[in-house]
Amino acid sequence: MFEHIQFNSVAEFLQMGKYTFHVWSVYGLFTVFILVNLFLPRVQRRQFIREQRNKALRDAQLAKNTAVEQERDGASGEAS
Amino acid sequence: MWQWFFRLGSPKWFYEMSGKWLPWLLVLMTVLMSVGVFWALLFVPQDYQQGDTIRIMYVHVPVASISLACFPLMAVAGVITLVWKMKLADMVAKCAAPIGAWFTAVALATGAIWGQPIWGTWWAWDARLTSMLIQFFLLIGVIALRSAIESPDAAAKACALLAIVGAINVPIIKYSVEWWNTLHQPASEFSMDEGSAFGPEIWVPLLIMIFAVYCFFVISLILSTRNEILQRERRAQWVMDIVAKEQV
Repeated sequence: MFEHIQFNSVAEFLQMGKYTFHVWSVYGLFTVFILVNLFLPRVQRRQFIREQRNKALRDAQLAKNTAVEQERDGASGEAS
Repeated sequence: MWQWFFRLGSPKWFYEMSGKWLPWLLVLMTVLMSVGVFWALLFVPQDYQQGDTIRIMYVHVPVASISLACFPLMAVAGVITLVWKMKLADMVAKCAAPIGAWFTAVALATGAIWGQPIWGTWWAWDARLTSMLIQFFLLIGVIALRSAIESPDAAAKACALLAIVGAINVPIIKYSVEWWNTLHQPASEFSMDEGSAFGPEIWVPLLIMIFAVYCFFVISLILSTRNEILQRERRAQWVMDIVAKEQV
């Protein structure tokens, strides 16, 4: 298998003949493209879950406050 | 068959099933991609004219050909949205547009980098290049249209129509190299003879890369569709359960 490798040394492989920039920039771009598209959805998912949790907390707090207010209003209503 | 079709349209069912498919798809993609990239970079013989730039083909051709799958996919999803009002179809169509724009942009960029040494120019108003650029702008148009319309239902319908109309560009891109004889070469014909211009030692790794990039396309589409499902179904109990349970 290894006798079919087209390069005689690592330096030759990294040089890619006359086309160092062309070959490696294409493979670099490809790598960035793949990594960004695999990780971005994960970041967005985490963001969504954090947002929803904060919203649930706020809603619970709001419901509690309203309940307390109602109770207080009810109590003062009875007193008067 | 119909029961299966409509169950597939249920966002919850799709969310659960795709969660099971994802690890397998990721493994398959990693294996194919590693084999393909190593093969392309180390073992493919240098082209007698192009030298080592032949290795660019193994990125450019898969990315470009899969970018063509995007509009037909959005058009089919659009028909399903218009006829059956299936929610999932519209979510897939929405997520496919930015991914398709990425693929088209990378195909154009890698093509430019390949064209510079081989054709002597980064860009030319060649039929293939121009029709690809039109596809890129059409995809940007679909994304802009969706964000411009406030009502989700109206946006879904408008985008479905634009996707169906935009799909006309795909056969133009595909056959542009045959209809107009400009700069971009036509697709090479596969040959079984080793040592011929496009023999198996050239196209087998290309085929592997095409499958690998297809897996990648499907994975990124599933990942972003899952996010879209969570977003749109956020008031459903099963999504609230996921939000409550998941470690972040």
